[in-house]
Amino acid sequence: MMELIGIPPQALFGQLLLGLINGAFYALLSLGLAVIFGMLGVINFAHGALYMLGAFVAWLLFQELGVGYWPALILAPLVVAAFGVVLERTMLSRIAKMDPLYGLLLTFGIALVVEGLFRHLYGVSGQPYPVPDALQGGTNLGFMYLPTYRAWVVVASLAVCLGTWYAIERTKLGSYLRAATEKPQLVQAFGVNVPLLVTGTYAAAVALAGFAGVLAAPMYQVNPLMGSNLIIVVFAVVVIGGMGSILGAVITGFGLGLVEGLTKVFYPEAANIVIFVIMAIVLLVKPAGLFGRTT
Amino acid sequence: MVAQHTDPMPAKRPTMAVAPGNPERPLMILAAVALVGLIIAPFVVYPVFLMKALCFALFACAFNLLIGYVGLLSFGHAAFFGGAAYVTAHAAKVWGLTPELAILLGGLSAGVIGAAIGALAIRRQGIYFAMTTLALSQMVFFVCLQAPFTGGEDGIQGVPRGSLFGLIDLNNPYAMYFTVLAIFAGGVWFIYRIVHSPFGQVLKAIRENEARATSLGYDTAKYKLMAFVLSATLAGIAGGTKALVFQLATLTDVQWQMSGEVVLMTLLGGIGTMVGPAVGGVIVVMLQNYLATTTLPATVVIGLVFVACVLLFRRGIVGELAHRLKIRL
Amino acid sequence: MPDAATLTRTLLSVRDLHGFYGESHVLHGVNFQVAEGEVVTLIGRNGVGKTTTLRAIMGLLDRQQGSIQVAGTELVGLRPDKIARVGIGYVPDDRGIFASLSVEENLMLPPVVKQGGLTVEEVYGLFPRLKERRKSQGTKLSGGEQQMLSIARILRTGANLLLLDEPTEGLAPVIVQQIGDIIRQLKAKGFTILLVEQNFHFASTLADRHYVMEDGKVVDMIPNDRLEAEAEKLARYLGV
Repeated sequence: MMELIGIPPQALFGQLLLGLINGAFYALLSLGLAVIFGMLGVINFAHGALYMLGAFVAWLLFQELGVGYWPALILAPLVVAAFGVVLERTMLSRIAKMDPLYGLLLTFGIALVVEGLFRHLYGVSGQPYPVPDALQGGTNLGFMYLPTYRAWVVVASLAVCLGTWYAIERTKLGSYLRAATEKPQLVQAFGVNVPLLVTGTYAAAVALAGFAGVLAAPMYQVNPLMGSNLIIVVFAVVVIGGMGSILGAVITGFGLGLVEGLTKVFYPEAANIVIFVIMAIVLLVKPAGLFGRTT
Repeated sequence: MVAQHTDPMPAKRPTMAVAPGNPERPLMILAAVALVGLIIAPFVVYPVFLMKALCFALFACAFNLLIGYVGLLSFGHAAFFGGAAYVTAHAAKVWGLTPELAILLGGLSAGVIGAAIGALAIRRQGIYFAMTTLALSQMVFFVCLQAPFTGGEDGIQGVPRGSLFGLIDLNNPYAMYFTVLAIFAGGVWFIYRIVHSPFGQVLKAIRENEARATSLGYDTAKYKLMAFVLSATLAGIAGGTKALVFQLATLTDVQWQMSGEVVLMTLLGGIGTMVGPAVGGVIVVMLQNYLATTTLPATVVIGLVFVACVLLFRRGIVGELAHRLKIRL
Repeated sequence: MPDAATLTRTLLSVRDLHGFYGESHVLHGVNFQVAEGEVVTLIGRNGVGKTTTLRAIMGLLDRQQGSIQVAGTELVGLRPDKIARVGIGYVPDDRGIFASLSVEENLMLPPVVKQGGLTVEEVYGLFPRLKERRKSQGTKLSGGEQQMLSIARILRTGANLLLLDEPTEGLAPVIVQQIGDIIRQLKAKGFTILLVEQNFHFASTLADRHYVMEDGKVVDMIPNDRLEAEAEKLARYLGV
């Protein structure tokens, strides 16, 4: 068995894969945060809670109704999106023209309510969610063992990220979205129902979080607090990448996941904080963020 | 709160509500009444509850120095409060420092952490500032979780209260209470002096319009950092005091939820008012104590209060009162 | 006030229009009418409420009172997107070109609100330069090209009432002339145009009538053929 710099390749590639998976979640969530920030001027603190909600809806569908993974992959994001519509229409739209910090505080409160509710109902211990039959097992690649489900998570999230990028940068609806991010009033004066577009954007972006939650369910246990620590790391990812670019968010997300994975191999004590350290360095060297356009 | 350039949509956004300014007299009368009340209080109410409330009230006032008077929303103040609690607890328990020195050391170390976090965070504005402080404080949390002296999940337990100046035994609840009261009153007085000093005037100018303050020749970054360090130090003193009161320093105080709680206390009481944050702190502690006796999920209720404050009640209790009565509180 | 518009079919009718930005009252009872197929200008000094009047028609003020009717539909109280769908095309004073969109995307952005708009090929026929540069980023165009794009994109939508806010501002004389030609062609195609203009000489070469604004009100109306006769009065209004 060959070794790389004293590390067995199984461990190295295994951690890299885990890093890539974490990176996939960072990318999916920071992508949604960036889109929401562009349209609503709000940093959605509830994003982690909605990721958790996605995982829980999948688990509840399975537990209560016997609905399996594949339908849940569609249904859970739809449920999260519907919840997002309610949030946007009843609360976020009411603070639309105020200081963006109110949006942060409001969504922080929403996150507490959602997470507190699930904690109250289901406790803090994790609920197991089975890996779907079609994605059981794995492949021995020689240098590492690749569990099928983990490969699927990387592929699926990458596909969704690129799909989102395409929808925003290359479609008619995406051009409305980009234009409304710049000059919402003018876009509305052209006859586009911008309030509806804003609601739809929020719903779609939180659906991405819900989708990430379902992807996570079979790997990590479904837990009311699974989103709360993740969201803070995602904030750091957003500060590092800047929110000006969709592709930037995706690249930063995956890249930081990999860096975190590597840290787990070489200096595990620092794995929890490496992203924050990188954030500090980026703030010192390039305060606007790697892909940032403004401060 | 901040008329910054972070905003991609130049729609008119009202800034965070700040109570209007008017005569100082009601504030002085209120302070005198409150002080008399607080001196009588421990003979009527359970002192540990009062001490907890005072620690959080000071924490909220320290936080308000930043959001209310400079317009900076820190989402990482737990790092200073909880970090100082560890330092004070360690200094009192392992090094055997007297309580006043242990608390002072806690405050100073919070000031040092504050200088580091502040120097990084003020490089970004508005919403990014909030996210940066949150992320950096999470780093402090992980350090506290893993560092050898913090006791991991157990925290530092059995911290001796010791004797104040080596003379007064703080195991007497009344001695401890009046020590806490003195620290609280001193802290609030200090904040009042900062806010009403020429330095405080510059801070308010930065809050109103940073670009203009810069054009008037002020090095706004330096002022913001100074305010950040002062706020962190005072938050640390509150956290260190709390560690002695409860003879305990744990991860709870350094978690991001704590950063959120202090925001809530300040928002509920009234951002930018002198007494609002203290009132908000007391109310939140009372609410938590009450919720602990019921089966209601505390986080949910706290979250709902948060939502209600933002949607309906942005001036906060004291801010609303001051607005109605047209006085400064 | 004599009003030629009453002789033919009135398309736009503004009555006692008051407008507010926050607490400040900026329009104080604006009255005017535009007949179908007319080109009418709003003229006046800076800050008298010309741009605000256009924004009020589009429903973009914080609050507005009074009446704005287009072909019998009352606009006050409608959302801006509903107002656009009555058949109004708006060219804002800053041209409103989107930096994150290509020229082509900028052109295709406004949704079709009515039948009978120009086809994309007809639009490119009017503005050949835009076709050459259709893959460029919108804000990489020159000022004149951006102005043309801003006009071009509302011709596709089927809007028959065009609100143009200072289309010649800051442009070279030769470009101003081109824009003048385009507006004349649009008039010939039957578009109704309400034009805010500072360049009075330019306005006099296109418009049928001129409404003079002062302090948030329309204070006078001068038919284009009376311009010579009223030159002295006009000079007083415009402070030249």
